[in-house]
Amino acid sequence: MRLWLLVVLVVNQASAETRSFADRPDLSADAVQSGRLFLTEETRALQADDFANPGYLWVERGGELFSEGEKSCAGCHAAAGDRSLAGAATRYPQYDAGAGTLINLEGRINRCRQRYQDQPALTYESQDLLALTAYVASLSQGLAMDVPIDAEAAAYFQQGRAYYFQRRGQLNLACNQCHDDNWGKRLRGDTISQGHPNAWPAYRLEWQTFGSLHRRIRDCDAGVRAEPHEPGSEIYISLELYLAWRARGLGMESPGIRR
Amino acid sequence: MSNTIRIKAPGQARRGEVMELKAMIRHPMETGYRRDLYGKQIPEDILDRFECRYNGEVVFSAEFFRATAADPFLTFYTVATESGTLEFRWLGQDESVYRESVQLEVK
Repeated sequence: MRLWLLVVLVVNQASAETRSFADRPDLSADAVQSGRLFLTEETRALQADDFANPGYLWVERGGELFSEGEKSCAGCHAAAGDRSLAGAATRYPQYDAGAGTLINLEGRINRCRQRYQDQPALTYESQDLLALTAYVASLSQGLAMDVPIDAEAAAYFQQGRAYYFQRRGQLNLACNQCHDDNWGKRLRGDTISQGHPNAWPAYRLEWQTFGSLHRRIRDCDAGVRAEPHEPGSEIYISLELYLAWRARGLGMESPGIRR
Repeated sequence: MSNTIRIKAPGQARRGEVMELKAMIRHPMETGYRRDLYGKQIPEDILDRFECRYNGEVVFSAEFFRATAADPFLTFYTVATESGTLEFRWLGQDESVYRESVQLEVK
């Protein structure tokens, strides 16, 4: 613990003071690497095996839910057709004019439920919403993340980017200090990844279960001893937008396996 | 979420062939040692036994304990002898039973 704190202090000093917000660069597009590459060979193999990967428990459940009910999701979004969802997950979060705000994939599923299926919105992080999100995300597996930053999304993008570069918590660390400045190095037993969202929602070994990107971000916030925000909150969706843009071009991997 | 079960078994096999079977179930395998956000103990909830029956006869079984990870996943082997049913059963400590069957044709 003591040694680790010392490491944190050194990291802090290295990037403190000298850099203003303006000259903190975004990760360059040619440096982008999936979090998969920072995992052990065994964990990569687990993700790649479409039977052993426990994330498929949620994908399969999501597939069932997708076809269930009188007004099912599949009623509009058939596997092959005008409204196929292949590639849809690569374009979220995005601004939704109807909602008047930025929504992510979970938000889109809940919007559909309320507007077209006469169903109540599912609670964020509930098993059913995770399952549906996992299923829809899995339809984009291998496709490049390609989130649009249009005029409406721009303000959210700036808010998310500001969050990413904002020091916070008792450890006074910003996301970029680990995921831009020190990726590839060790943090205790782990290798620090670049912090890309392309494998989410994912099965996290530490949780022994499947969870959303927002649950993962909460763990990062708690890790620097900052107050985490609610899953599904606007600030986390904005951060998700920045992360998605930052990971543009990376292939989608959900259901991923992460530590 | 309902307990999702995933089974991988060949639909067909030659007599005498060694078949690989895989079985996974969605289950939290809660140890009973953890506490929730409010400090309240989370009650123990584990599966304690798995059986694979081939036309009623147990050909593979396993015991699970608190230290077994969530969503237990087993790979095992048996010899194809006759056509029939492979039944996979998980028994919970609270007497609950989860089951799934697949048909097997032996030529």
